[in-house]
Amino acid sequence: MEAGALSDPVLRARRNLPDRIGDPLLRGLSGLAAALAVVVLVAIAYEVAHLAWPAISKFGIGFLTTNDWNPVTERFGAAPFIYGTVVTSTIALLFAAPLSIAISIYLTELAPARLRRPVATLVDMLAAIPSVILGLWGILVLGPFMNDTIEPALKSVFGFLPIFSGDPSAFSYLTAALILTIMTTPIITSVTREVFETVPGDLKEASYALGATRWEMVRQVVLPYSRAGIVGAVILGLGRAIGEAIAVAQVIGGASVIHASLFHTGSTMAAQIAAQFQGAPGALQQPALAYLGLILLAFALIVNVVARLIVQRGGFKDTDITPTEVEAL
Amino acid sequence: MDSSHLNETATVTDPNPESRTSSEAAAGRPGPTISFGAEGGAKSLKPAREDGNVKLEELHAYYGSNHAVRGVSLGFPAGKVTAIIGPSGCGKSTMVRCINRMHEEIPGARAEGKVMLDEIDLYDPRIDIVAVRRSVGMVFQKPNPFPTMSVIDNVTAGLRLTGASRGEMDDRGREALVGAGLWDEVKDRLKGPGTGLSGGQQQRLCIARALAVNPEVMLMDEPCSALDPVATLKIEELIGELKQRVTIVIVTHNMQQAARVADTTAFMLGGELVEVGATDKLFTNPDDDRTEQYVTGKFG
Amino acid sequence: MSPGESHALMLDRGNLKRRNRVNRLVTVSSTIAALFAVAVLLIVVGSVLSKGIGALSIHFLTTPTGLFGDTSGGISNAIVGTVIIVAIAAAMAIPVGLLVAIYTTEFAPTRIGHVVRFALDLLNGVPTIITGIFVYGLIVIPQKHQSGFAASVALAIIMLPIVARTAQEVLTLVPATLKEAAHALGIARWRTTVRVTLPTAAGGLMTGALLAVARVAGETAPLILLCSIFAPGVLTEPSEGLASIPIFIFQSSESPSPEAHTQAWAAALVLIAFVLVLNIVARAFYARSRKRMGA
Repeated sequence: MEAGALSDPVLRARRNLPDRIGDPLLRGLSGLAAALAVVVLVAIAYEVAHLAWPAISKFGIGFLTTNDWNPVTERFGAAPFIYGTVVTSTIALLFAAPLSIAISIYLTELAPARLRRPVATLVDMLAAIPSVILGLWGILVLGPFMNDTIEPALKSVFGFLPIFSGDPSAFSYLTAALILTIMTTPIITSVTREVFETVPGDLKEASYALGATRWEMVRQVVLPYSRAGIVGAVILGLGRAIGEAIAVAQVIGGASVIHASLFHTGSTMAAQIAAQFQGAPGALQQPALAYLGLILLAFALIVNVVARLIVQRGGFKDTDITPTEVEAL
Repeated sequence: MDSSHLNETATVTDPNPESRTSSEAAAGRPGPTISFGAEGGAKSLKPAREDGNVKLEELHAYYGSNHAVRGVSLGFPAGKVTAIIGPSGCGKSTMVRCINRMHEEIPGARAEGKVMLDEIDLYDPRIDIVAVRRSVGMVFQKPNPFPTMSVIDNVTAGLRLTGASRGEMDDRGREALVGAGLWDEVKDRLKGPGTGLSGGQQQRLCIARALAVNPEVMLMDEPCSALDPVATLKIEELIGELKQRVTIVIVTHNMQQAARVADTTAFMLGGELVEVGATDKLFTNPDDDRTEQYVTGKFG
Repeated sequence: MSPGESHALMLDRGNLKRRNRVNRLVTVSSTIAALFAVAVLLIVVGSVLSKGIGALSIHFLTTPTGLFGDTSGGISNAIVGTVIIVAIAAAMAIPVGLLVAIYTTEFAPTRIGHVVRFALDLLNGVPTIITGIFVYGLIVIPQKHQSGFAASVALAIIMLPIVARTAQEVLTLVPATLKEAAHALGIARWRTTVRVTLPTAAGGLMTGALLAVARVAGETAPLILLCSIFAPGVLTEPSEGLASIPIFIFQSSESPSPEAHTQAWAAALVLIAFVLVLNIVARAFYARSRKRMGA
């Protein structure tokens, strides 16, 4: 380029002050924001670990297996809450996974075209209900129903099993698990539906052309193709379930020891923190709760990463594993 | 006739319920009787002709209000290859998809008229659509083997649906692969992924898959348009061999291909059947002016 | 096809009936599953509606909460508190989220873009109670008291990945040809972004923002740690503790008194209505923005 071009007054005039600083300014600001996002993530992990430190140094790794939580004697252990988290989440997924897959099949293959959008929207709306309201409903509607109807029925038929022994109670692992089922189903459904919709139409046609019924086509083409995505969706639901603090705290009763019976009260890591963190007396209780939080954070992050890996390995490279709310519209 | 029987799916009682290979059938075993009604029901019809004759009678097909196929009446004789040619959008694919009732899978699409397969109207409400597709197979424009299945699982995919035994599936799978000219190329990698083959091999895999369920008719919707010339030639050779087993209807936009493989050719335009006749005649001395213009390349 | 070959048309070895039965069974089951989900939604919303409508009154909406279990009050302070907390959170999260999205779609080299996206995904998966602990350590401990501002910070962190990810998605939908046309005219990059890309994507960005707000308006867990103690009466100072609707519902739900429960239902009704309206408006914006971009 000739030097003459750069000395042209018209071309030079364009590089005025706003333009000269605008580009680097935008780049800098937005880069800062992006850095902030990453920093916040790291800071969260750091701060929680920092708050937990007194408990970590006092209890060490044994904290995870100590089945005791006694603020008076300052003896704290995570075992009852890890147990509660695992039990409630597992049961919730046991119900939510098949339910969500069935709903997704309905929405993508079976429903009449006119019903698809409305029903899908209604299922998504379930996810929009704030958890404190679900907890309220759990305390005042579902809990009593469990206490009066479901749990006695289970007890009379299956009472010989330890998980169905004991007296029915409105506040129980089972009630909490059901609330979690309600919360995770829309999430799993949303991702699964998205995955089902990526199945190429020509594969489905090939199946029909071979003389498959609709279900056979789903079984032969849609489900195998979507396997990784479905697993990812379920694991995502798991992440949601283990992290739910409020609704669970409202309906699980808050006991601090492990109980075999599902009818019994109990607690989860998230719920325990929600129930006791604010104003916890004693030098060690808050750090112990923060320690619980650290374990919970580790669980949640691992679950998230595993879900991502499974989905990406399964070939859904471009699918954002956590559906953005906009995609869900 | 007791009209309560009209609500049953038509079923067949087959005096020889073991699987038939084409060689056994050629040996002249009696075919089954067809009864409409409950198993062993009141009425029965004996098939009167050679198997695999398809006849369209006044077929209309719609996408919503779009009248895509207009009153087509056309016969596809058994044991022959018929090509359907015509410009894009003339309705040839739609018409062919009406034969195995794939057309109605599209929301808002419907068809009227009759599609006769050996004296049975495939659009008879008593007939199960799944059964139709066992008798009328289809190969698509783009090869579509199931990506999650191995080669052999792909071939036997249709058989698995009717609960065939393992041994039977292996036998018929191999037979189909032989029939599709693919056996030698894949016999050492039957358990390998179906999508691990070349484009031409994948298409022959799809042909094998369709053959495995022993259909009487095979529909091919531009089966070579996604393939290279060598693969195309292989499939055209295959068509020549297969026509003894299945009636073949092939949609193609490639007139040279029609000239090479088809006994009869039909020309469609704007949803209507313009002319049908022996391939040689259609290309060298067509009756209709429009046919002549198309085959000489004046449009399309 | 040789003569005598089986008229396989209806030949099915007797299992076609079974296959159709299985097909019907699956169809019925999955329809029931979908109906079940819809039913649960209707039952929950129905409960809130039927049990809350009774206590919903002008008095309820305009009177602050009574002291120490006095259920003669209302939720005016909670409504004001929620509005303030959420507004401050949105004022923080929306610009930052937008900037993050601009960075990843306009400036970031691919690898860094992946890292940021990954971090946002992880951030999205952090349980909200943990975010509460984080801000507790960050703000409440040094200040030695709870505050609405601390709650806003926590909610902003929760909103950030939602805003950023939906903004990313919407920004990438803006046709590249538009941006190229601007560049070809010699318009500086930053101007293109501000005057072309953002306005084109505005509807979708609005949608993302509204959905993020709807999501955190009902978020309770961080509030318990950060803003659950407050003075009576309607307060507006974010550096102090503020009342909030989710905390009101939570505390009322834990109370043994039936009057408190009724108030909880009524407050829930207000919250659900708010969230629902936001969702509907968000959808409307989204539909309009899709039309604008010719999607």
